[in-house]
Amino acid sequence: MIEAASLIAVLPELVLTVAGLALLITGAFAGDSSARVVNWLSVLALAAAGLTLSTSLAYGPDAFDGLFRADAFAVFAKALIYGAAAAAILLAPRHFNIDGRARPEYPVLILFSSVGMGMMVSAGDLLTLYVGLEMQSLAAYVLASFMRQDERSSEAGLKYFVLGSLASGILLYGISLLYGFTGSTSFDGIAVAMADGVGKGELFGMVFLLAGLAFKMSAVPFHMWTPDVYEGAPTPVTAFFGSAPKVAAMALTIRVAIEALGPAGLDWQQIVIFVALASIIFGGVAAIGQSNIKRLMAYSSINNVGFALIGLAVGTPAGVAATISYLAIYVVMTIGAFACILQMRDEQGRPVETIASLAGLSQSRKGLAAAFAIFMFSMAGIPPLFGFWAKFLVFEAAVAAGMTALAAVGIAASVIGAFYYLKIIKTIYFDEPAKAYEARGGAVENVILTACAIVIVLGYLLNPALDYASAAAAASLF
Amino acid sequence: MDGFPILSLMMAVPMAGAIACLFAGANAARWIALGATLIDLALGALLWGGFDQSANAPQWQFQEYAPIFGRFAWALGIDGIALMLIVLTVFLMPICIGASWQAIEKRVGEYMAAFLFMEVLMIGVFTAQDLYLFYVMFEAGLIPMYLIIGIWGGADRIYASYKFFLYTLLGSVLMLIAMMWMVNEAGTTSIPTLMAYDFAPQVQTWLFLAFFASFAVKMPMWPVHTWLPDAHVQAPTAGSVILAGVLLKMGGYGFIRFSLPMFPDASAQLAWLVWGLSMVAVVYTSLVALVQSDMKKLIAYSSVAHMAIVTVGLFAFNQAGLEGAMMVMLGHGLVSGALFLCVGVIYDRLHTREIARYGGLAINMPKYAVLFLLFTMAAVGLPGTSNFVGEFLALMGIYQASSWVALVCTTGIILGAAYMLYLYRRVVYGEQRNADAAAMPDLSVREIALLAPIAAAVLWMGIYPESFLAPMRADIRALEVRLAPAAPAGDGKLVMGTGRSDAAHSTHAASGEAH
Repeated sequence: MIEAASLIAVLPELVLTVAGLALLITGAFAGDSSARVVNWLSVLALAAAGLTLSTSLAYGPDAFDGLFRADAFAVFAKALIYGAAAAAILLAPRHFNIDGRARPEYPVLILFSSVGMGMMVSAGDLLTLYVGLEMQSLAAYVLASFMRQDERSSEAGLKYFVLGSLASGILLYGISLLYGFTGSTSFDGIAVAMADGVGKGELFGMVFLLAGLAFKMSAVPFHMWTPDVYEGAPTPVTAFFGSAPKVAAMALTIRVAIEALGPAGLDWQQIVIFVALASIIFGGVAAIGQSNIKRLMAYSSINNVGFALIGLAVGTPAGVAATISYLAIYVVMTIGAFACILQMRDEQGRPVETIASLAGLSQSRKGLAAAFAIFMFSMAGIPPLFGFWAKFLVFEAAVAAGMTALAAVGIAASVIGAFYYLKIIKTIYFDEPAKAYEARGGAVENVILTACAIVIVLGYLLNPALDYASAAAAASLF
Repeated sequence: MDGFPILSLMMAVPMAGAIACLFAGANAARWIALGATLIDLALGALLWGGFDQSANAPQWQFQEYAPIFGRFAWALGIDGIALMLIVLTVFLMPICIGASWQAIEKRVGEYMAAFLFMEVLMIGVFTAQDLYLFYVMFEAGLIPMYLIIGIWGGADRIYASYKFFLYTLLGSVLMLIAMMWMVNEAGTTSIPTLMAYDFAPQVQTWLFLAFFASFAVKMPMWPVHTWLPDAHVQAPTAGSVILAGVLLKMGGYGFIRFSLPMFPDASAQLAWLVWGLSMVAVVYTSLVALVQSDMKKLIAYSSVAHMAIVTVGLFAFNQAGLEGAMMVMLGHGLVSGALFLCVGVIYDRLHTREIARYGGLAINMPKYAVLFLLFTMAAVGLPGTSNFVGEFLALMGIYQASSWVALVCTTGIILGAAYMLYLYRRVVYGEQRNADAAAMPDLSVREIALLAPIAAAVLWMGIYPESFLAPMRADIRALEVRLAPAAPAGDGKLVMGTGRSDAAHSTHAASGEAH
């Protein structure tokens, strides 16, 4: 039996669902000319959903008999997801206006994807987890192939779909094994069943479950789809993929690992450590040879997922707080970097994606070049930029938990990553100017860009707030 | 001046200047940068004047504390050691700006902004009293220096900038892990507290090695010095001045502020490592310097040799050695900066650093020849110049700890004289082989204005070093006391002679009179 009061806990999802459906109808009847209005209304819907987050928190952690959780952790993740989704919508119109016609379905799909991501981070049961994940993924497959006339985009969508289905299969297999051996699909039930020792079957289920989730996070060794999809998808969609779904998948993994698989901590810790270090190293090494900026960002995201996972590998409340703080800072850097990438257009306004075309940007567009350099130095983890603090937090958590060797290897590998970020800065600042880009960016792009850059430069002043929020969010899991 | 945040102000002024430079035109940026650095110089003089050197003065002065960053604080404060290095920084900065006045023609605003930002970070490194704040300042310096080398450097600048950045970054990240471990163990990020904290001896070794990885690269010590010649050769003149003058001092400052007081046992145990590397550096890099055909490379290698004298002085574990190390750092900051300026002067005229392209400059550039001679002699360590005081004290200190190390390191003085005088002879004396070199005009007023203050400071430091030693004395004594329990026994086995009794003495005197 479902109590009506439980609906309060899902108020943000309800707002987004209703808004998404209404806007879909609007788009269908009003045609493509309504794209602009739908865009802004979607952002409004995300803002409204963000405002209802505190209401859902007030309702209490469990809703629908534990199927759904509305705790501080979910609120933290959802705030990031909604913010990133709104930015992805705002960044899009200029891109689509030039490439073809802007269509109202784009923001609507992002709204539906956000509903799915909200369910992912709030899941308290393997079934909610699966439904949320699929909802997010189905919207994402369509988004990847959104430029349907473009071969690369269609290819990206198809690849994403096929590999995503495979991952879903692996995930479901893991879920069925876990259900079979523990007799429950709820996270609490699984934790109770595992408390008396982890059996072989449970271990198998857990490995398959984590493999499926690693695919969604694009962590090594399940990362293969990422560069192709990032490259092929329209750039605003890539910006979206790089930010919100990452947060959702990572938050979901944390919740599953801590809440459901907590008793098997020592078992999954090894897996997570391997995945984290492999992602850091592979993401860093493979990025070096890239010449396409979107592919490079794909490897960069793999690299970043590795760092974020170090916090989870630690497994303490401080580690989880560090990981979600990492995600918060990472989202700001990613959105900012893509706001820069979206301004890479030639004089006719067509998007350019080669890194070589950035040459000498510092002389034609000083502000854009400075912002780009700020995001790249920040991603490389160089203080005083905020990206350093993200890495600092996860490594500090690792050291505090006595995993000094993990921290030392991870941080040494971060130097590999620094190399390819430096390469971009070198291209922008040191090389002789290439063909100039379009003279100025759009107003919305510039506002987002500036806001992100300010956060990255002055972010340390936000530390007390970030510490407080992430600690509260992490505490709600333990 | 109690309570007035002069240290924050010293960082705020160049920061504001840096932001203003980004938006200003070329000429305005030059004047803004000069103004900001001169204000900082004045503030530095005030700081020196206001620093309490009396016997019962507190060790840390001008302290500021604002816990605004959550896990770490904006905590500043200086002792005498930091004071001297700050004074060196603010003294060299206006000279760097002046040296770039005409040499930098493209993207002047960004250049000046990078330099001013660099000044903020250097002052930040020397004043930080919070471990993480120190790290942030220490690492952030990579960004402006990377840009300075990469944008305004010579032909091979991109390779040099990568090498500089990645080398120093790799060195530093392990130090960060060690810092986290220390903070976790001691429960504080305050540097003065950590300096008095006793870490378990076996852990100290690991922590020492992690810090060593960073400071040895920064210093730079053989064999991780190879980034320095590349960076120096490719950097613009002012970049070389600031690199040799101040950035290298961060390594020495790191040793004296962190490695020695925080890990005294490990420092003593691993002193042989430092001594060994320093001995190799003194002999090897001096010999390498001898065969260079590029003037900047020669001075870069000589920097490595001088820095090795600093490290042996530091790891002598006695007051003479520590004071000597500090004096070498200050003296070398001035002299190597001045030598790079001297190279810059003729590079600006002929656009080559090849020694063979010059010759006989004493004929057409007499003023230049005089000043260059002074700095050459100072680099050699002639008595009366700054480097003599430092090198003498440092070698005297190490002699008490190990006479073999002292013996090997003292050859550095001889080799130093060899390569510096050889350089001077080839550039300034002899025949005027090249017509274009012979036609170069003598120093302009601007160039004299840049070199004269350094010349004055070099002589001041050589003739009356007490002005510079006095502020540091109490701090170095405190450090010596901290190190005393761990300090390795010297190999000199000095035995105090039994003097004659008073009676014998007076008889002797009496017999003397009788003669």
